[in-house]
Amino acid sequence: MKFLLELQSEEIPARMQAAAADQLRTRFVDALKAAGLAHGNVTADATPRRLWLIADDVAAASEGSAEEVKGPAATAPAQAIEGFLKKTGLTRDQLEERETPKGVVLFAVLRREGRTAAEILAEVIPQIIRDFAWPKSMRWGAASQSTAAPRWVRPLTGIVALLDGHVVACEAHGITSGRETRGHRVHAPGALTIESAATYADQLRAAHVLASSAERRQIIATRAAELAAGAGLTLISDDGLVAENAGLTEWPVPLLGRFDPDFLSVPREVIVLTMRTNQKYFALSDASGALAPAFICVANLDATDGGAAITHGNQRVLSARLSDARFFWQQDLATVRAGGLEAFLPKLKDIVFHEKLGTLADKVERVASLAKWLCESGAVKADPAQAEQAARLAKADLVSATVGEFPEVQGQIGRYLAQAIGVEPAIADAIRDHYKPVGQGDDVPTAPVSVAVALAEKIDTLLGFFCNDLKPTGSKDPFALRRAALGCVSIITQNQIGISLLEMMEEHAHYFSEEIRIESLPFYEMNRVIEKLRLGDQNFNAIEEDNELWMTHGENKIAKISKRLFTDPKSRDEQIYRSVGGMFELIDFLVERLKVQQREAGVRHDFIDAVSVLGGGDDLVLLLARVKALQAFVETEDGTNLLAGYKRAANILKSAEKDGIGEPASGEGEGAEALLAAALATALPTAKQAVADERFTDAMAALASLRGPVDAFFTDVMVNDPDPGIRARRLALLAQFRDAVHGVADFSKIEG
Amino acid sequence: MTKPLSFQSMILALQHYWGGKGCVILQPHDLEVGAGTFHPATTLRSLGPDHWNACYVQPSRRPSDGRYGENPNRLQHYYQFQVILKPSPPDLIGLYLGSLDAIGIDRAKHDVRFVEDDWESPTLGAWGLGWEVWCDGMEVSQFTYFQQVAGHDCAPVAGELTYGLERLAMYIQGVESIYDLAYNDAGVTYGDVFLKNEQQFSAYNFEAANTEKLFQHFKDVSDECRALVARDLPLPAYDQAIKASHLFNLLNARGVISVAERQAYIGRVRDLVKAVADNWVEQVK
Repeated sequence: MKFLLELQSEEIPARMQAAAADQLRTRFVDALKAAGLAHGNVTADATPRRLWLIADDVAAASEGSAEEVKGPAATAPAQAIEGFLKKTGLTRDQLEERETPKGVVLFAVLRREGRTAAEILAEVIPQIIRDFAWPKSMRWGAASQSTAAPRWVRPLTGIVALLDGHVVACEAHGITSGRETRGHRVHAPGALTIESAATYADQLRAAHVLASSAERRQIIATRAAELAAGAGLTLISDDGLVAENAGLTEWPVPLLGRFDPDFLSVPREVIVLTMRTNQKYFALSDASGALAPAFICVANLDATDGGAAITHGNQRVLSARLSDARFFWQQDLATVRAGGLEAFLPKLKDIVFHEKLGTLADKVERVASLAKWLCESGAVKADPAQAEQAARLAKADLVSATVGEFPEVQGQIGRYLAQAIGVEPAIADAIRDHYKPVGQGDDVPTAPVSVAVALAEKIDTLLGFFCNDLKPTGSKDPFALRRAALGCVSIITQNQIGISLLEMMEEHAHYFSEEIRIESLPFYEMNRVIEKLRLGDQNFNAIEEDNELWMTHGENKIAKISKRLFTDPKSRDEQIYRSVGGMFELIDFLVERLKVQQREAGVRHDFIDAVSVLGGGDDLVLLLARVKALQAFVETEDGTNLLAGYKRAANILKSAEKDGIGEPASGEGEGAEALLAAALATALPTAKQAVADERFTDAMAALASLRGPVDAFFTDVMVNDPDPGIRARRLALLAQFRDAVHGVADFSKIEG
Repeated sequence: MTKPLSFQSMILALQHYWGGKGCVILQPHDLEVGAGTFHPATTLRSLGPDHWNACYVQPSRRPSDGRYGENPNRLQHYYQFQVILKPSPPDLIGLYLGSLDAIGIDRAKHDVRFVEDDWESPTLGAWGLGWEVWCDGMEVSQFTYFQQVAGHDCAPVAGELTYGLERLAMYIQGVESIYDLAYNDAGVTYGDVFLKNEQQFSAYNFEAANTEKLFQHFKDVSDECRALVARDLPLPAYDQAIKASHLFNLLNARGVISVAERQAYIGRVRDLVKAVADNWVEQVK
């Protein structure tokens, strides 16, 4: 049997239609499965005024079933038997008595008859409607007297439910099912009686409604391209816009309109944005690729005048909007011609970036200083003065009239304004590109000045929030810090910016607390420090020593702090702890983003963990070079075997070290033992030196030379010699081997 | 082709149409407001269980939108036509489309579309779901099913229709400037009636308004509002809240309220409206 369900409503927002059709399909399939009703293919789709679903080959009825329930013993007290009867809904003579090892026990056999498809569907439909989850839903009409009234995305106006052409009678949200729907609002305004699922689409088509969203999309895309070609132009294709227009029309009719070419003096992005976002028009380009003074809008009817009035009306609306845009743009041009982009800067003082992080003017100041430092330190090969200047101007357009009206073109407008007054191209480009990359897949800046400003901008944001304990938690990331961090990682790795993150943060952290220099803490201690800081460990202190201020943990000095602000020692200490913790946490956070980013490039996260224990693990470029060398090595036969040998040694040591190894006997032993000792004596210093020189592949090669001796050792030598001295000597040799490996990478972090 | 409706005939046609659908035809509220929604016939009457159907023209003032009469599309004083139907009737869209027919929009030639637009008024603490209604790409009405006003659930829900009268008239008459609209059929234009008004009020809003006194007024009306709520007089108290809202708009146009303060002021007005509405709901429930 073939089943049709149509849920009519007032206009459903275009952006919600596809997901709603999917949801309808899923709920329907799940409900039939739960009811044991078989069916064939299920299609669901939407128009602005209806969700619909057609299921093929629906079985006439569900399978019957029987269920056995064990009850009390036949000799049980009457009360217990009474309870069992109540529970099962049977009478005493309907129960079966069965012999069991525990005596005679009562059983109830509950038979469920198969139910007809119509019966099941009549239950399923109201359930689907009641449970449906819209992104936003509302109450309406007389029923809304109660706040518990039915909810739908907009008022639900009708239900068509037909099984093989017969109405499945049911009721939901105060509406009774039937076979009546509505055609196009203008072309076929009366009631339309649907015969069956098989005739549904054709009957709607005859009433000027295209039920298939794919067909509407196809008509829009094809006809728009034809209209463009007919005018000697090219459609700038935009699938999102095609889908949106298909969600706004039941009978799409693309029309070509034009606008005054004078408006082309307005930046292209602004024109396209106005057309796309405000009006849902397609933009067109001419043979040279330049924006053409024309557009395509999509009407929802075949107008009696062929669309002349609609085209005329849309042209007028666009013209009014472009007049506004041109007014703003000319105002901004006049501003920068008179006073440069700098003319905008004072207004940045009025915009709060975040209550704890000052105004946009403050942010600009910080970013300029960091961008300059990045160049001066050699990390980015750009002129420090240029980078500083670009950073100072990067946010100027935020207070321009054009960006005030069209926030999405921030950066773009700044660049155009800069170009209009002859600012150096590298600076103009950096103004546009300093927000990049915005999310995965976006371009990563490569021009040095842009790189410096883009990186400084993001680090400033991240460090500011981390030093003030405003980190993302779980799914909550209101300041998009994950995106900013991923942006940093992309900029650093793609441009191979070898820089110690810690050093960069130390340089910058004084804006958010006192100046801090992390002096004596090895990088691999960081996780522990962070954990302690987070738990409010009382061992952390700020002490003065030899006229210097240090942050300490027990006996260890962790951070050297400048004594610039000495007003309120208590709050100062807290801010310092927060900031130190924030810096370390931020490095962890960036390394986490690096893992996410590298996973797609096929780099295993455990290799990143294995190498980051080494000093200098806060230089992401270095870190990745090591990871690549490590991964290449572990994938060789030598590497695989060495890893196995390492794990074996580490396991032996783990249990042995628990009880203490004892005093080793003197001498080097003989055979494989002596061989390994000799190999270690050569390999250890070689590997160490290679690591120090950042020749990581060489370090791996040094380890590889140990593979043969290690294998031989495990084959020929018994570690657990009865003589405790010899045993201790052999264990010490293994410990030496393990430590040699650790000098290159922490193999214990490698999984598998 | 018939002659398009003049501005005043269009208003008369809308009143006639909605009056015929059972609405009481009200007159504007006699205070400065930013939109037709502020009229107590909408804000307060949308709360409580009573049935209520009304329509009215409301002069609306947006001091920041003044352009000294030089921009053909923007005014600091303009008219909205407002319809409020509680509970929202079945096929409200059909009723609305009927009103477009009544003012001479030929829907076989023009493209009328309902584009998602969820309405929210931070000042009124109100929100609803609905659409902007487009005619050939131009927004001509706002269509909302009120869900909450002043933090109270609307029970039942009211349907609210707001027509931008000048825009609609420009469309119907095919003129490019508001000031060229035919106000009546005897040769009087919109400019004849309102150009001087726009020039002088723009100067007042942007230059002349005494901000020190406006700040004081804001404080005074806020105090008065609270005092009246304390005496269980929500209707007069609401007038004071409306005044506070307009005073804020004036101060905002004068550029003396910083971005940071802005939210705080909106919050203060919202609190006043909330206090009034709490008091009102207590009386009508």
